[in-house]
Amino acid sequence: MNHTHLHKQSTNRYKINFEDERVDGADKVTGKAKYTAEYNLPNMAYGVFVTSSIAKGTIKNLDTAKALASPGVLDVIYYANCPSVPGYLTNAAERPKNVFEWRGHKVLYDNQVKFFGQPIALIVADSLENANAAIRLVRAEYESQAFETNFELVRKDASKLKGTVAYKRGTENAFKTASAFVEAEYAIPAEVHLPMEMHATIAFWEGDDKVTLYDKTQGPKSTQTTVARTFGLLDKNVRVIAENVGGGFGSGLRSWANVPAALIAAKKLNRPVKIVLTRPQMFSLVGYRPESWQKIGIGADATGRFVGITHEAISGTSRYEDFREGIVNVSKFLYACDNVDTKYSLLPLDLSTPVWMRGPGEATGSYGLESAIDELSYKLKMDPIELRLKNFTAVNPENKLPFSDNNLKDCYAYGKEKIGWKNRPSTPGTLKENGWLIGYGMANGVFGAGKGSASVRALLNKEGKLTLECAVSDMGPGTTTSMTIIAAAAMQMPIEKIKFKLGDSDLPPGPSQGGSGTTSTVGSAVDLACTTLKQNLKDLAIKLVPAFAALKSEGLEVKNEMVIASSDPSIKITIVDLLQLSPDKQIDLMIASTGKTAEQLKFTSNSFSSHYVKLAVNPKDGTIKILQVVTTGDAGKIISPKTARSQMIGGVVGGIGMALTEQLEMDHVSGQIINASFGAYHVPLHSQIPPTDVWFVNKPDVNMNSIGAKGIGEIALIGFAAAVTNAVYNATGKRVRDLPITHAKLGFKGKV
Amino acid sequence: MNPCQFDGARRGFLKKSASVAALYFTPSVLVKTFAADAIVPMPISKEKLKFILNGKPVALEIDARTTMLNLLREQIGYTGTKKGCEMGQCGACTIHVNGKRLKSCTQLALNHQNSQITTIEGLAKGDQLHPMQAAFLKNDAFQCGYCTSGQIMSAVTCVREGKATSRASIQAYMDTNICRCGAYQNIVDAIVEVAKSGAKI
Repeated sequence: MNHTHLHKQSTNRYKINFEDERVDGADKVTGKAKYTAEYNLPNMAYGVFVTSSIAKGTIKNLDTAKALASPGVLDVIYYANCPSVPGYLTNAAERPKNVFEWRGHKVLYDNQVKFFGQPIALIVADSLENANAAIRLVRAEYESQAFETNFELVRKDASKLKGTVAYKRGTENAFKTASAFVEAEYAIPAEVHLPMEMHATIAFWEGDDKVTLYDKTQGPKSTQTTVARTFGLLDKNVRVIAENVGGGFGSGLRSWANVPAALIAAKKLNRPVKIVLTRPQMFSLVGYRPESWQKIGIGADATGRFVGITHEAISGTSRYEDFREGIVNVSKFLYACDNVDTKYSLLPLDLSTPVWMRGPGEATGSYGLESAIDELSYKLKMDPIELRLKNFTAVNPENKLPFSDNNLKDCYAYGKEKIGWKNRPSTPGTLKENGWLIGYGMANGVFGAGKGSASVRALLNKEGKLTLECAVSDMGPGTTTSMTIIAAAAMQMPIEKIKFKLGDSDLPPGPSQGGSGTTSTVGSAVDLACTTLKQNLKDLAIKLVPAFAALKSEGLEVKNEMVIASSDPSIKITIVDLLQLSPDKQIDLMIASTGKTAEQLKFTSNSFSSHYVKLAVNPKDGTIKILQVVTTGDAGKIISPKTARSQMIGGVVGGIGMALTEQLEMDHVSGQIINASFGAYHVPLHSQIPPTDVWFVNKPDVNMNSIGAKGIGEIALIGFAAAVTNAVYNATGKRVRDLPITHAKLGFKGKV
Repeated sequence: MNPCQFDGARRGFLKKSASVAALYFTPSVLVKTFAADAIVPMPISKEKLKFILNGKPVALEIDARTTMLNLLREQIGYTGTKKGCEMGQCGACTIHVNGKRLKSCTQLALNHQNSQITTIEGLAKGDQLHPMQAAFLKNDAFQCGYCTSGQIMSAVTCVREGKATSRASIQAYMDTNICRCGAYQNIVDAIVEVAKSGAKI
């Protein structure tokens, strides 16, 4: 069956200001942009999960008879009737060669319950209403077992920890020898990504060995690979479409239960099956930022130079999978310090597996480190910006390579001025405005700036319109827009004549959208494709146009939709006319861009951020009002100023949630998440967001890639929570070391 | 062998690991859940529904349990109205019913016999974007675009109902609509712009 009619790229019917608006924006403000759950295939059935009501144990019996007899129910799939999945085989010898074991929970596979809310059966029905109505008709009997979900309690038992990795340079615990030092513990609860679009999969088998999926994923190619390796299919027989992705923040970086479940059900019933998770399921089935504990020791001499940093961390993972992130990494390289030792361990719990959430481990680690530095500044009686300047380094002290660029000093200068840092009280709790205590805080963020491989197809057609294709995704940062801008700049042609296609694994291979790498990786590939295209145009002109015959390609330019001789601008030909002369009447090329060159690898590359907060605390009840935010980014050249600004603003909002509102709460008696809704898990709302000023250094990082751009998705958030908690301390003199800050933690009973 | 079949060896392993789980050791308990016996299967009634959708009459026969949101998305194919929680908490499903904003996920479609319903698809006039849609574009008032339909539908009634008098009053009115990408500042900018322009919306 041909799917193209179901997957039409919508056309930009509406006028867009291409110079200054998202190129795919009109589709999003008119409701035309289609997200995963919004494709309706002929004869499609609906799948809904029945989930466990115990945290750990064995299903002794699952009675599905009543559900099966319920109107419209087509099947109830569970461990006793689930078709074979090659990648579910645990014994490597039994698995076919091209099959890898499914990592993560094997949904519908066996009768074991590993966490509360785990899918134990999939009801498939002819309508969503009929499917939902049957959920309560499934009866499960369990033999439940002892479980552990209480991170704070269990982490104190060292025997429960695993996977400890230690690092040391210089002397261990050197901070204790410093004239001034701080040693403190910091805690962050589990936080949940909660993109507004719920995870969903539609699976449709077009034959025994060929399947198409509409899936909410940040990586169409990685999902294609996962599905091919799990189900023993050829990559080319698995097509994954994610044309629009309604947010992700990391939850879409791997495939979850909805993917294999939809594939299993669609195969078993021989018809398309759609599974859309519910909002409560978004809290337990698609990852979360793991709960963590950190202890940081940091000391400085009288001049403020760091003598030693000791950073210890534990983060939670599931019982069945290890999830590890870079919590202690920041302490190793952001500041100059000869003596650094770190230790990082995992704590397995009877929960589902966590996954990278915006800023991943660095956001966690920066909260600890940037708080500890702030604490140290008060001990030293030194301005915290001054203290950071004292320990600035242009060389990464961990790998000894120079940073390709590091403009944090410019960020300090801008942020300080714009937030009104001069008004910051050096003694906490001493400044009042309108009866409220006023505090200022700042903190830094940093994240690795990578460049990976990507392929891009460029098709310049006879009308002179350019289409670029790459199987990356755009979950919101504006990748479609920034890639179009890069191509327009490289080709020096109008942006509205360029179309960038993504979100389909059939396109040339591209990376998953994650780790702030898309602009660098795919942007470099787009740039290379345009460079190659320009070379082809020049070669064609020399070969086909007599006036160019005597010229060399170095002496030609491509701009304004023409090939022009640099020495004599009267020698020119339009691209349309040139292609008309060529045998193919178009240019269709594919390039592969690789990772960093040997020259680029002589440097270590990072994006940096520095955040500034002014806030007010009501001394009567502890209410916190953020009055003003200034956020600065050092991320090389800013390709798309408008969408980049939006990303930074979004990071601030996420950071406010991390600092003040967000916390996944568990009932440790049942092992159940008890605030799995927007009504009980509080993400920031309109009225909680202060005026935010965004500033970028906007200087091309020439040692990084051909376009000079680095990522900003992570640094927008990393460090922000510490800027808030540091400001709260400055306002009140109360240091809260476990997030989020609440009335109670500030010593107030709260508003009644 | 069907790998999904019950596996005796694996069960044995888990029994063993349970017996060494010391810290919170509780004896194995047999738990029964989902009181299926208490539920009497009921016949599903099909009902006739008529309403005006974006100016055009719609008449259909629907499962009485269908919410307005699912009717729009799954049966009529108007997927511009988004599903974000199905609990009336996020606002992604906001539509206009007889000129007032309403969260369509909390409403059975049958509550709206003969109603005038407007969805995001009904705002633009031909090729002309609605002023609020244009302002959202211009102010980059979204990132992923998923909450955008609901934000725009609320933003329109915010201005119509005279609530766009200050940033604070706009924010209070718009607290019903969550944006996880965090485009709030730009959304308020867009609303302020439309309110100031005096455009008839």
